Amino acid sequence: MEPVDLFEVIGPVMVGPSSSHTAGAIRLGLLARAAAGFVPVQAVIDLHGSFAETGRGHGTDRGLVAGLLGWAPDDHRLAEVGEHARAAGMAVEFRKADLGRVHPNTARFNLTGPTGQAAVIQGSSVGGGAVQLTELDGWTVELAGLYHTLLIGHTDRPGVLARITNSLAAYGLNIATMRVSRHSRGGDALTTVELDNEVAPGAIALLQVQADILWVRAIGKI
Amino acid sequence: MSQPQMTMNALVAEAEAQGISLGELALRHQAAFSSQPPEAVLAAMTARLNVMRAAVERGLQGRDKSASGLVGGDAARVLGRSQKAVTGSVVQTAVARALAVSEVNACMGCIVAAPTAGASGVLPGVLITAGEAAGASDADLARALLAAGAVGAIIARHASVSGAEGGCQAEVGSAGAMAAVAAVELAGGTPAQAAHAAAIVLKSALGLVCDPVAGLVEVPCVKRNGMYAASALVAADLALAGVESAIPVDEVIQTMGQIGRSLPAALRETARGGLAMTPTGQAVACRMQGGDDEWSL
Repeated sequence: MEPVDLFEVIGPVMVGPSSSHTAGAIRLGLLARAAAGFVPVQAVIDLHGSFAETGRGHGTDRGLVAGLLGWAPDDHRLAEVGEHARAAGMAVEFRKADLGRVHPNTARFNLTGPTGQAAVIQGSSVGGGAVQLTELDGWTVELAGLYHTLLIGHTDRPGVLARITNSLAAYGLNIATMRVSRHSRGGDALTTVELDNEVAPGAIALLQVQADILWVRAIGKI
Repeated sequence: MSQPQMTMNALVAEAEAQGISLGELALRHQAAFSSQPPEAVLAAMTARLNVMRAAVERGLQGRDKSASGLVGGDAARVLGRSQKAVTGSVVQTAVARALAVSEVNACMGCIVAAPTAGASGVLPGVLITAGEAAGASDADLARALLAAGAVGAIIARHASVSGAEGGCQAEVGSAGAMAAVAAVELAGGTPAQAAHAAAIVLKSALGLVCDPVAGLVEVPCVKRNGMYAASALVAADLALAGVESAIPVDEVIQTMGQIGRSLPAALRETARGGLAMTPTGQAVACRMQGGDDEWSL
């Protein structure tokens, strides 16, 4: 049998009513919060397909906000998440949208941070609570939250990847997968690194001071 | 060692070659996957079992009502008549427990998705009831859950467990197949019998559409959980009696995936077809939401 986590099938432990539309929505929100690198003060969220048609009845809207607030899928406060978002200073708006040929359970987050930072993140809930982030600020990504992951924005120059792997090695971090994508030669690039272990803050700090590295975001397992 | 293809056929062959049950095999795979001793895996799965038990208990109290008011109280009603049930108290008790968990789910209570929240009642209803009948320990029940999980993983790999992708057959049909495997495991059946039981349930769910009234996981979802708990127990008994599925389970799973892909979007969790479009379903939908294109919480 291929390696597969049976606790993903018999699970997650969650507040109902829908694994894809409630628990999956919370996990999408958690991933979006981590991928953005900030806690938004404003979130305009486009809902596509089944998310648009049945999201309100399933609590998809509440779930996405719960995730942005950092709540777990078994958090009993889900029904009152709107009040908690207001108390936390997070303004949220939902729009029905047609996002094209994407999974029927797809959401697009247009997020604004406390100092005006912006992030546009898209992801889908693919069944049973499993999720996948597919886009971050114009970059195509594949993030399921199953590994400890680093997103590293950098300039496409020789030696950057060596500095990344050396920095991770200095903290004893083993790389499971690594993927580099770039918009143009010598332009901006995004490297996604999936790791077997949690990333120590020191490793992130070390990466941030390396030449040609523009930003680093750590996304834990969710 | 190369990784064998992830099919029920391969899993059954591997279990039979080693002379162990599907649950024990699934336990070994999970222990290897998570680099944990088997005891730790069993303990973690027992924790999930305890969440299932708590949901059963809460649901059987019958005090919750769902957002629409359409769900709540049936589990207690069914359990109250279980001693006089036409199908016998074992089936009726399993159905009551499946309804109980589904009602808790609809009322925004805590459950274990198995494989999904919408189909979360089937497995605990069957597992706990078949476990009682067999005098199973918590470790036996945890092993049966792992066997069910392995089947669910194979279905997710080759078809789908998402109603939005494959209709209700992918949710409650998969849950029924998983529960049938758990019941055969608890009754001491062979891995091959477990595979036949899974095939028999899934075949009876082929084509079942996802048509939730008002888009809520309430109608017809909750009662379908009860129906497929009964179906899973019957399929387990058929397989244990030596009845075989003429179509092998892996082919049934492939077929379920193909049927799911050919279902129109209206019948895949969009609430734009099936029971959701009946006059009664539409009336509930009108009562529940205004249908705005933009909103906040």
